Amino acid sequence: MNYEAVIGLEVHAQLQTTTKIFCGCETAFGEEANTRTCPVCIGMPGVLPVLNRKAVEYIIKTGLATHCTISPFSRFARKNYFYPDLPKGYQISQYELPLCERGHVEIVVDGKVKRIGLTRIHLEEDAGKNLHTSEAGASLVDLNRAGTPLMEIVSEPDIRTADEAAEYLKKLRSILRYIEVSDADMEKGNFRCDINISLRPAGVKEYGTRAEVKNVNSFKFVQKALEYEMKRQAQVLDDGGKVVQETRLFDSAKGVTFSMRSKEEAHDYRYFPEPDLVPVAITAEEVAVIRATIPELPDAKRERFVKEYGLPDYDADMLTQSRALAAYYEEAAKLAGQPKVVSNWMMGELMRLLNAENREIEDCPVGPDRLAAMIKMIESGVISTKIAKTVFEEMYRSGKDAEAVVREKGLVQVSDTGAIEKIIDEVIKANPAQHADYKGGKDKLFGFFVGQVMKASKGKANPEMVNDLLKKKLSG
Amino acid sequence: MDLFSLTMHEISDLLKKKETTSRAVTESVLARIASVDERVKAYLTVTADAALAQAEQADRERSSGTTSPVLGVPIAIKDNMCTEGVRTTCASKILGNFIPPYSATVVARLQQAGSVMPGKVNMDEFAMGSSTENSGFMVTKNPWDLERIPGGSSGGSAAAVAAGECIAALGSDTGGSIRQPAACCGVVGLKPTYGRVSRYGLVAFASSLDQIGPITKDVTDAAILLNIISGHDERDSTSADVPAPDFTKSLVRDLKGVKVGIPKEYFIEGMDPEVDRAVRSAVKTLEGLGAMVVDVTLPHTGYAVATYYILATSEASSNLARYDGVKYGYRASGAKDLLEMYTKSRSQGFGPEVKRRIMLGTYALSAGYYDAYYKKGQQARTLIKRDFEEAFRRADIIATPTAPTAAFKIGEKSSDPLQMYLSDIFTISVNLAGIPGISIPCGFTAGGLPVGLQLLGRHFDEASILRAAYAYEQATDWHKKRAKL
Repeated sequence: MNYEAVIGLEVHAQLQTTTKIFCGCETAFGEEANTRTCPVCIGMPGVLPVLNRKAVEYIIKTGLATHCTISPFSRFARKNYFYPDLPKGYQISQYELPLCERGHVEIVVDGKVKRIGLTRIHLEEDAGKNLHTSEAGASLVDLNRAGTPLMEIVSEPDIRTADEAAEYLKKLRSILRYIEVSDADMEKGNFRCDINISLRPAGVKEYGTRAEVKNVNSFKFVQKALEYEMKRQAQVLDDGGKVVQETRLFDSAKGVTFSMRSKEEAHDYRYFPEPDLVPVAITAEEVAVIRATIPELPDAKRERFVKEYGLPDYDADMLTQSRALAAYYEEAAKLAGQPKVVSNWMMGELMRLLNAENREIEDCPVGPDRLAAMIKMIESGVISTKIAKTVFEEMYRSGKDAEAVVREKGLVQVSDTGAIEKIIDEVIKANPAQHADYKGGKDKLFGFFVGQVMKASKGKANPEMVNDLLKKKLSG
Repeated sequence: MDLFSLTMHEISDLLKKKETTSRAVTESVLARIASVDERVKAYLTVTADAALAQAEQADRERSSGTTSPVLGVPIAIKDNMCTEGVRTTCASKILGNFIPPYSATVVARLQQAGSVMPGKVNMDEFAMGSSTENSGFMVTKNPWDLERIPGGSSGGSAAAVAAGECIAALGSDTGGSIRQPAACCGVVGLKPTYGRVSRYGLVAFASSLDQIGPITKDVTDAAILLNIISGHDERDSTSADVPAPDFTKSLVRDLKGVKVGIPKEYFIEGMDPEVDRAVRSAVKTLEGLGAMVVDVTLPHTGYAVATYYILATSEASSNLARYDGVKYGYRASGAKDLLEMYTKSRSQGFGPEVKRRIMLGTYALSAGYYDAYYKKGQQARTLIKRDFEEAFRRADIIATPTAPTAAFKIGEKSSDPLQMYLSDIFTISVNLAGIPGISIPCGFTAGGLPVGLQLLGRHFDEASILRAAYAYEQATDWHKKRAKL
């Protein structure tokens, strides 16, 4: 049968506050185990949590950037369960009254804008980490991460395909980075995703039974897990079976999901209002102050790029994925004065080189001023576009500017008629048979001659002049 | 003169006049502990050497001009308040080896003011109980009759004060745990308004009800100690950012124009007639001091015990989850896997009353029962709070017995938890409402057991109950009697 997937995602993003959510400990990665801890985040008897207001500010900022309603009155709750990495035996989270509700983000799929609803965004603390050692029978616990502020972003079941899911996650990550509340780096584990997915026969309104796939930690895995689940659930339904409501895990090595626990054995978290924290009251004035700190967001920037620089949607979308990339573009475009050419260079050579090394635009050795200067050298005919590719790569490798590269490597374009004619004469002389064939009507051989001339000039000959002069000489 | 039998303000006067030293007072208290604690069993940990060092330090500070009403005064600390470097057990085997790396805010404030800590005193395990029989280590005895309970859960604090094993003490009160033992031991016990005193470092039983307060030999000492421990603490979000007045200023002898409310729901059938008589007579004395007695009603009183045992146990079930054998405290040996480590450690580490309450609270919070129990309990709590708001429209303070009976015999109620829970019937509503309450001695039974009068006030109006308590105390001699040991 033909099924439609109904997908909702829960994203946990770590907030980039300098201290933890309920104590003054530093939030830090890769430190020696249990060195970023204090009695509060270790869960000593008698300690009490004190809310980090910065974390509240960041989550409100996120709510505003995703069109949420900010609750004037919000409360924390305890989620009770036993696990060694959870020092208090409960996680302080939010349950009944989250900080943000009812928002949305927009994604572009197949050239169409689609709105994905957000149910809620709430604040909670992260747990520590269990370390399983080679020591017989012993496990260790590192609580450096315990108490790191997380926000949980829960989407409506508005997503229908794996591609939409990936676009949604990318957009979310892009927004979080724009407003500088989270690195949203999946590889570092500070952007994690739980998937809820069910199938229903195409055209049917009611939801099917859903499965939850927990803790999927890369965009690619989210897509893979979804594709697998769609196939698996479709098979179950086609065979006349029923999808079991359960929690599953994704095995990234095998590309499959497998059952972790069913609903019958699901945790009863015994949520109740956290008595150690007073409810959070947010005034309209506070919201206004936070709203004023929100920069131009990706959607608005994309639209502006289309309008202001005459870029196609695709270019504008790519170039606004991060604030740094967009800023680089605007700087280079301003200096070079050729917006589309700059876009082509960035989306072509620049991205190719960065991606090959897994580098971010922030670490690009070629600054926007240097890219612009190089483009100007093309415009003024000092180098050819073809040579420019070599020049650019050399700039990227050596950290030198275009002028220095061109000078040192002698890559200045040859635009001297006499010099080019000399090369052409030699090429024609060396290839009499081809010359004869050309004259006999084999026009296609023109390309061959251009290639030979360019090769002989080491690519430096001005291509336009080569074209003009070759035509004359070959028919002469 | 036995220094150990004096009040804090009396000792402070002697110290000021250089008629004694903190060292001498501390030695007197330590000697008293050495001679009577074998019988009273108030102390879980005696820190004699540290106490003497603190006393000498206090004497040096005094000679260099420092003063404070508790400078050099030995004050015992209930064993559920964290003391850096000193074992803090909550009278539970599960924390039998726990030495905190930090001090509770109240402990730090006392230390800053220069007080001496002779040691940590016994209690019902995790403050769950009304007799100190639930201690995981030993039963504390009532200094007035060693066959009887000292009350609880701050039984160690009250017994130590009554026996002269300290000059004053700190207790904690979740449902009456300061006031009821104070009544049983013939001393003064004050539970401040919820939020008046920081809970940071107080090992939590029920977070929305717990409050630390003084247990002292008279009302003046209670006011002095409250001055030192109260005030906002940035480490406790539930500690109120309200100005704390100088409570000793409210200690005046007359009660002209003060309206004292008498709630009929607190004079019930089944109450010990001797207690009834003593409390009614105390009300007459208040009238004689100029107070106006008015009838008030607290109609939801009948729901208080049930409400309390749902809410307090719910919070406790969560608060006590951290004792899992992973990070500190007791870990059972021989567990084959994680689940077994948890169940064995907790089964062996917790006593029966604690387990009972953890199970009760876990049940009350469970999916499908939450609305019927926890949520209902919160609604009932609101009604009980409103009862008091209404009553305080008619009265400035409310007078009731602290407990329905005087101290009962050890073992008398320990096999019947429900009977035991009723010991707190007059004190529990006060925690649910969050208002302040004080218990002061108001007479003795024919058998020579102390009886307590409870005075209740509006939120953050400790001043009014301290004033009435002080006026009553000055008009009577009960507080001057000392248990013979």
